[in-house]
Amino acid sequence: MPFDPIILWTDALVYLLVGIVIIVGWYIRRSPHLRAPWRRVTHSASGMAALTILAFFILIGVLDTIHFRPLLADASEQAGKKVYSVEVLSLFDIIATPLRTRVEKTYSAPLSAYLYAKETVELPDGSQVREFTRLKYGGAHLADPETQRVDDVIQRAIKGGGWGLFAWSLIVIGLSWGLANRNHTHFLHTQTLIWRGATEIPWRVILITLALGCVLLGMVVALSSHYHVLGTDKVGQDVLYQALKSIRTGLVIGTLTTLIMLPFALLLGIAAGYFRGWIDDVIQYIYTTLSSIPSVLLIAAAVLMMQVYIETHPEMFDTISARADLRLLFLCIILGITSWTGLCRLLRGETLKLREMEYIQAAHAFAVSHWRIISRHILPNVMHIVLIAIVMDFSGLVLAEAVLSYVGVGVDPSMISFGTMINAARLEMAREPMVWWTLMAAFGFMFMLVLSANLFADAVQNAFNPRIRTLPGKVIQSSHHKAAPTLPTPQAASSPLAPNAKDTAHP
Amino acid sequence: MTPLLDIKNLRTMLHTGLEPVRAVDGLELSISKGETFALLGESGCGKSMSALSIMRLLPEAAEIVDGQIKIDGCDLLQLPEAEMRKVRGKRISMIFQEPMLSLNPVMTIAAQIEEVLNQHFDLHAGLAQERIKAILQQVGISDAARRMNEYPFQFSGGMKQRVMIAMALAGNPELLIADEPTTALDVTIQAQVLDLMRDLQQRTHMAILLITHDLGVVAEMAHRVAVMYAGEIIETAPREHFFQQPAHPYSQKLFAALPTRHKRNQGLAVISGQVPPLSQEFHGCRFADRCPHAWALCRHTIPEWIEIAPNHRVRCHLFDQQAPSLRSASAAEMPGNLPADSKKVMADQESELLKITDLKIFFPIQKGLLKHTVGHVKAVDGVSLTIAPGKTLALVGESGCGKTTVGKAICQLIPITAGSVLLNGTELIGLARSQLRKKRAEFQIIFQDPYSSLNPKMRVTDIIEEGINALNPGSDKSSSKQTSQSTSTENQVDTLLQRVGLPIEAKWRYPHEFSGGQRQRIAIARALAVNPKLLICDEPTSALDVSVQAQILNLLRTLQQNLGLAYLFITHNISVVEYLADEVAVMYLGRIVEKGHVDEVLNTPKHPYTQALLASVPTIESTSKRVSTHLSGELPSPANTPSGCYFHPRCPHVMPICRETYPEKSTFSTTHSAHCYLYPQDKDSSQTNTN
Repeated sequence: MPFDPIILWTDALVYLLVGIVIIVGWYIRRSPHLRAPWRRVTHSASGMAALTILAFFILIGVLDTIHFRPLLADASEQAGKKVYSVEVLSLFDIIATPLRTRVEKTYSAPLSAYLYAKETVELPDGSQVREFTRLKYGGAHLADPETQRVDDVIQRAIKGGGWGLFAWSLIVIGLSWGLANRNHTHFLHTQTLIWRGATEIPWRVILITLALGCVLLGMVVALSSHYHVLGTDKVGQDVLYQALKSIRTGLVIGTLTTLIMLPFALLLGIAAGYFRGWIDDVIQYIYTTLSSIPSVLLIAAAVLMMQVYIETHPEMFDTISARADLRLLFLCIILGITSWTGLCRLLRGETLKLREMEYIQAAHAFAVSHWRIISRHILPNVMHIVLIAIVMDFSGLVLAEAVLSYVGVGVDPSMISFGTMINAARLEMAREPMVWWTLMAAFGFMFMLVLSANLFADAVQNAFNPRIRTLPGKVIQSSHHKAAPTLPTPQAASSPLAPNAKDTAHP
Repeated sequence: MTPLLDIKNLRTMLHTGLEPVRAVDGLELSISKGETFALLGESGCGKSMSALSIMRLLPEAAEIVDGQIKIDGCDLLQLPEAEMRKVRGKRISMIFQEPMLSLNPVMTIAAQIEEVLNQHFDLHAGLAQERIKAILQQVGISDAARRMNEYPFQFSGGMKQRVMIAMALAGNPELLIADEPTTALDVTIQAQVLDLMRDLQQRTHMAILLITHDLGVVAEMAHRVAVMYAGEIIETAPREHFFQQPAHPYSQKLFAALPTRHKRNQGLAVISGQVPPLSQEFHGCRFADRCPHAWALCRHTIPEWIEIAPNHRVRCHLFDQQAPSLRSASAAEMPGNLPADSKKVMADQESELLKITDLKIFFPIQKGLLKHTVGHVKAVDGVSLTIAPGKTLALVGESGCGKTTVGKAICQLIPITAGSVLLNGTELIGLARSQLRKKRAEFQIIFQDPYSSLNPKMRVTDIIEEGINALNPGSDKSSSKQTSQSTSTENQVDTLLQRVGLPIEAKWRYPHEFSGGQRQRIAIARALAVNPKLLICDEPTSALDVSVQAQILNLLRTLQQNLGLAYLFITHNISVVEYLADEVAVMYLGRIVEKGHVDEVLNTPKHPYTQALLASVPTIESTSKRVSTHLSGELPSPANTPSGCYFHPRCPHVMPICRETYPEKSTFSTTHSAHCYLYPQDKDSSQTNTN
């Protein structure tokens, strides 16, 4: 085998999460009444646009999760036995090899051909000059960057954008062909439906988002082969590569922490609110105590203890990545343990309210067991709070990671994350001229990630709240247009069903 | 005489959801000085929207698109907002439904009234205080000088509504808009507030626009009546005329749907369907879909105003000159279309399905860090009741007297302090959870609010199946029989839905897709799923409109006849009691003060409280005004009960002995008894305190 697959701890949990999502998705597909609200999610324009962007982030995150150690070519031939590199790479690293390997000396501005700092260069005649030296890779193909660079960048960007558009139009054709086949309509008819926004799923919005994404991606890909699109950092690493690598760290912290936190919050919060009495007292004391300890201190203490343990047991880890990964996992666990109190308190309050609701009393009157009341009556009715809390926490946790990395108790310094990027950029903010691109890149990516997650969660929340009707107006209008000619008079259409029209408005 | 308020062609749109809703669609009305004009209609007809349109206090999503609102010839819709502020509170005032929510809890009463005074008058501080005191005295708040500096939480519900009225009166308005002013109050308090409003009107000669759904309140208060339906007025008439001869089929139906004693042995008239959604454009009569007399013309032509008597106008094609024959036919048909059914007399009079003896439920009042008990709220304080199979016992009383607590205690939903509950001879109190589970199928409960009694996240079929599954544990576990079990359960659900008059397709939907009446049907189906013998109905119709209430009462009556159910009917609505109950128990502050057969209690009430309660109920047969023996004061707190007879602080016949010890039972017949010193006390009742 040319590589040795490695499954780190967080990888395993990510695989588990993906597995759970697939199984739940399959289960929902099979039962029509669970599928209905999710179908409403797909009707939300903003939600689907956000999902398109989220999908890109998740794709990168998952690619970055498939880890392995490549075979060292020269070593294996010598000894007859396979020797693998100590460096753990991911599938994403392989795709982004040019970004990863083309390392400059130090800072360089985005799309620049020169270093950002003056350097003393010895000329062939022996004299020394201080000047901005050319980069090793960025714009290296240009003979005279002063005159050619702007034209070259624009040309490449247009070309890349063109390729992006081409890829996008392939997607559009493929999609409408697929839709036409499924609905047994003509290809062109499907096209007009899509572009008039008359389809049930807002394909037009998705395709517009996708078009923007494809063009941008095409341009970045085209430029990144000869430039550093987002510049380089202090040690000359490509910032774009770092930002892309940070996505996985952010996703892992955002999702795994919630995964660890949820059982505590759900179980204890609902139990406290439902059973009252001494159970409530005990749980309240636990979370009051826990939340009265400053969480940064608690996290710092736990992380430092973890760090000492890792350093005294170096034999447990074959690679640096394994060590950094374990630290990331523990960071998730500690963040999870310290952050469940807020959600737990919310759930306790909501459960206190719900347990007095008459449908719970009716369930008691039927002698429904406690477990069934909790799982069938209370849990579904607090799910919207859980959903909101997860999304709020997601962005909060990504930010918390940045803060902790700043204090020095965040992720391992060898692990690229938004936090470490911002922390590194912070030092250069005071520099004149300012190094702004690292910070901008981290902020931009974080902003995109959190915003699209929030928008998507909004759509989910709207679809799952039974009191809000989320039917896109366009669908109704278009069906009215189609229905109108077949009916003799408007009042005949409305009269027999009018009293129930409100009730049957749901699909 | 020019009218004080003159509204022409008022149209208010609500821009919520997909299509604009025509909440008020062509409203026309005029009110003269010193007149009480009642706007009557079911919920969702646009009554409150009309009131808010007059005040120009509409929510943001609403918009007045057309019309004129003239007060003394001045069009309010043309005024700039700054001018409008001088009209609100000064020329037009408004009282809202919930007195608990309409007062700012962190401001004293005086400060809140002073705000109104400062806005409209240029009074210096001392004069303003005098004025506030005078206004509070005017609305019957005793010791006004002291109480004006108290906060709203120190006032009871009825007192708060008085304060609200005082606040509305502070600017000496020419028009008072009262939006369901007594709906949230008890009958005895309602009678007090209505008395007050009538009294104030006579003194100040202001006009009142009374918005209500209660025909009884209209009969007591109004000079003229307008019936509103689906955003427009369909009939307007002087009160006497309206109550003698309602013209519009909808008005007639409203009267027919009212439960009364005369309709005891027949079904109530129901209005099929619901109020049509107001988002549509109407091309005919709005009531056509629900009207029994509708014909083709009704669906195509909007009926115009037709004057059938002086000042009595109606919007209905029945009164058109073209179709006079139909009108007489309809008038003759009205009483006949009620499905009369003879009530079965249960032979088994002796047996007792449910027997409660000396039931006590105290809630501890805890204080301090260690939560030591400093007192008890005596929610239920020694209640004894019996219900025979197939019979209905009505438990009547004001809110806070412990009716609901009794119902929940019978269902074992709250811990019981003392007493016994025997169901079919089995003691329910003290049973372990697993033993109780077996008995649960025999009694079920229906709650007041159909909106909170159904889990919004469960489909109707899941809601109904839950009871079946929980009480038949076999169906949960036996996986081999799963399929046959589930199909039989499904059939059961279908039968239940049909029995309560819902389509079978309804089972795949969620509760929020149904109207209030339909939800209550689902709740009844859920309770019936386990074939109970006793159904505890906790105010099942008080959240519903009259026409929907009629449907539910008919359903309950039919179910009782077909299935032989016994009901414990907890209510504050005397007319429902008259219609449905066999026996009545009147409850006051955790104790039953009088009980007996429905005719005995309602015709010859013995206890002063029962007498006052019955006198407070507004009736529509108001031709002969009764002597108003309205109660003063309000229900005392059950945490701090009066000594002796609990009723003595409010009793008009109070004697010294009433203040000392609680009276024993006085028996008037085998079924009728009361606890009052006005009647000879039973000597032996202390030994045999059963029944």
